[in-house]
Amino acid sequence: MTALSILNGHVIDPANNIDTQYDIHINNGKIIALGAPPQGFSAQRILNASNRIVCPGLIDLRAAMREPGLEHIATIASETRAAASAGITTLCCPPDTTPIIDTPAVANLIRYQANQAGFARVLPLGALTQSLEGEQISEMIALKEAGCIGVSNALTPVTNTLVMRRAMEYAATYDLTVFLHAEDFWLRNDGCVHEGAMSTRYGLPGIPEAAETVAVARDLALIEQTGVRAHFCGISTGRAVRMIGRAQHDGVNVSTDVTAHHLHLDEVDASKFNSMCHVRPPLRTKRDQNGLRMGLKQGIISAICSDHQPHNADAKLAPFSATAHGISSLETLLPLALKLVSETGLLSLPEVIANLTHKPGKILGIEAGTLSIGQAADVCIFDPEHEWIFSESAVQSQGLNSPFLGWELKGRVLHTILGGKVVFELDQ
Amino acid sequence: MSTRDDIPLFASSPTNIQFDNKGRLRHFLSIEGLKKKVLCDILDTAESFSSVPQQSIKKVPLLRGKTIVNLFFENSTRTRTTFELAAKRLSADVINLNITTSATSKGESLLDTLHNLEAMHSDMFIVRHAQSGAAHFIAQHVSPNISVINAGDGQHAHPTQALLDMFTIRRHKGEFGALKVAIVGDILHSRVARSQIQALTTLGTNEVRIIAPKTLIPAHAETLGIHIYHDLKEGLRGVDVVIMLRLQYERMQGALFPSEHEYFHLFGLTEEKLSVAKTDAIVMHPGPINRGVEMDSAVADGVRSVILEQVTHGISVRMAVMSMAMQQGENE
Repeated sequence: MTALSILNGHVIDPANNIDTQYDIHINNGKIIALGAPPQGFSAQRILNASNRIVCPGLIDLRAAMREPGLEHIATIASETRAAASAGITTLCCPPDTTPIIDTPAVANLIRYQANQAGFARVLPLGALTQSLEGEQISEMIALKEAGCIGVSNALTPVTNTLVMRRAMEYAATYDLTVFLHAEDFWLRNDGCVHEGAMSTRYGLPGIPEAAETVAVARDLALIEQTGVRAHFCGISTGRAVRMIGRAQHDGVNVSTDVTAHHLHLDEVDASKFNSMCHVRPPLRTKRDQNGLRMGLKQGIISAICSDHQPHNADAKLAPFSATAHGISSLETLLPLALKLVSETGLLSLPEVIANLTHKPGKILGIEAGTLSIGQAADVCIFDPEHEWIFSESAVQSQGLNSPFLGWELKGRVLHTILGGKVVFELDQ
Repeated sequence: MSTRDDIPLFASSPTNIQFDNKGRLRHFLSIEGLKKKVLCDILDTAESFSSVPQQSIKKVPLLRGKTIVNLFFENSTRTRTTFELAAKRLSADVINLNITTSATSKGESLLDTLHNLEAMHSDMFIVRHAQSGAAHFIAQHVSPNISVINAGDGQHAHPTQALLDMFTIRRHKGEFGALKVAIVGDILHSRVARSQIQALTTLGTNEVRIIAPKTLIPAHAETLGIHIYHDLKEGLRGVDVVIMLRLQYERMQGALFPSEHEYFHLFGLTEEKLSVAKTDAIVMHPGPINRGVEMDSAVADGVRSVILEQVTHGISVRMAVMSMAMQQGENE
């Protein structure tokens, strides 16, 4: 392990209320000092971070890496490498891989592959029900012991309310967080875009707002009844934000996140059959987008995530409803989040960074996303003023499916450090 | 920076895929994005073709030597036949491909099917597909010398049907500015209704109404520039044109209405209900009719019905669209 010093950077560590210039010293993979170096410390490598922001490595609550099962599309190595280039040091991976993460072997495989690649920490979510079929609860304890950070049924609905209740009770017994995708199976029907003026205009099957709010209402009732710690993944409607906000106010142990693209795109972007904007849940109205932004501002939503979904080109080459949903979004996570500071003034820079670091860390129940002394040295160094065009040649992920290609972005990661080791360095 | 401004409904955009770089019609995919003048040009051209069937030789040589492929991914009799007739009257060679039973069932992708047909030196694809946006998608990916005509895509558009309806209305009623038109039935699933509404609004129709229960009206339908009615008689009061839609059983899912009986009771067109419309109101239907569900036989076969005329006009309108789309590429 190298002894490393990051000098003259503007350190933002929201968990410790640090927002000032500091030097950071790292040894044996851990942060050992902020400010003056410890006596006798001599850095083998020095990174000059003047005019740069130095913050904890980002924590992304949801990123599919296609491994195991679809390695021809992307791998844990390729996507964690892309993550490192975007300042992300911890990723949470949903259980809908092939095979599904419902046995310890699959969880172990994912962690092993991530360790081998060495670009980022990958925390798998275990399946909530066996084969994600929504019928029988999974062996949650075995999954937890194999390193699963929580349980989830991914995008497959648990339509049987009794099964959901039992799954939550079981998870609550062993202090596992349940990650929920709020989408009513029946109301979603065959929808592929938000049900509204755009779906009507283009004749695309719509997904009504109630597909989300009905599911949120049901699950909130069960969360309250069972006392489980729960997290709603990728909320898309303003109304759901308010429902979750009310539940939090009433003391229910529930959190939620939003994807960076739902904060910047809306239903109009999916018009003209733009399959790059085919996402799930769908992009909704400007009003919903404002509701999501307000939810973030008020702290109801406590994390911004990528919901990374890399695809090969063919997956988006079909009539809109026949295309695969999802955006390759690791590399736009930080710049899109920073837009909330620079363009909308919605959040301060430390607030945005909190939503990308210690707050998602708290949701996962891990001690990460801070620059506290003694912590593993996961650090992101970025230039907040660096303007660049997000072009195909800039994309590190195997998935080029992004509606943001061609956008001018501001803010670029220059160095990413994982456990004291520089895992990414921008060629300049 | 490629963020987008809010796109106004039905405005033509400078990058409209339907035109070539000289502003000539290249593809015919939807009414959206076409100005009134373009629609009128098509109707006028169709008018000039309408005498062709009365000639002893029912052909004009406009598309001689051109190959037109009827690419139907979804079943159709009427539309496919009238497209075929229209192409033959323009002297083109026509190939009919029923894709539902061929390539895609062997796992070939839509793009692969397309590239194979391109390799056979086709000049025009007439496309029907079950998914909204399919014709747009195909138009985006064909080589530059090929025109694409949308013969119906999912629930999105059926622009030639809408134009043959406009042709029929114009024949009977003249200018659109004074007209009140009511569209009755399953608006939610109807590509025909979407295209009709766009055509009627573009042509400056005084008032466009839709009449249906809430279950068959799409979300925020008012954004289409129409008036919404749930009572048939109320909606038909004083209208010049009544367009009945087909109740699309094949797309019907879930509890959209309780029974055919109740549907006919509330929304089926009878002489009695029609009596509140203008005395010279015409009755239209894109076909095929479900007699006793959407309308009484007395109305369907009555003096005000122009349903069979619509079919005849379909041929001249399709001749017009094909010949105009094929002009691009000439004189270059």
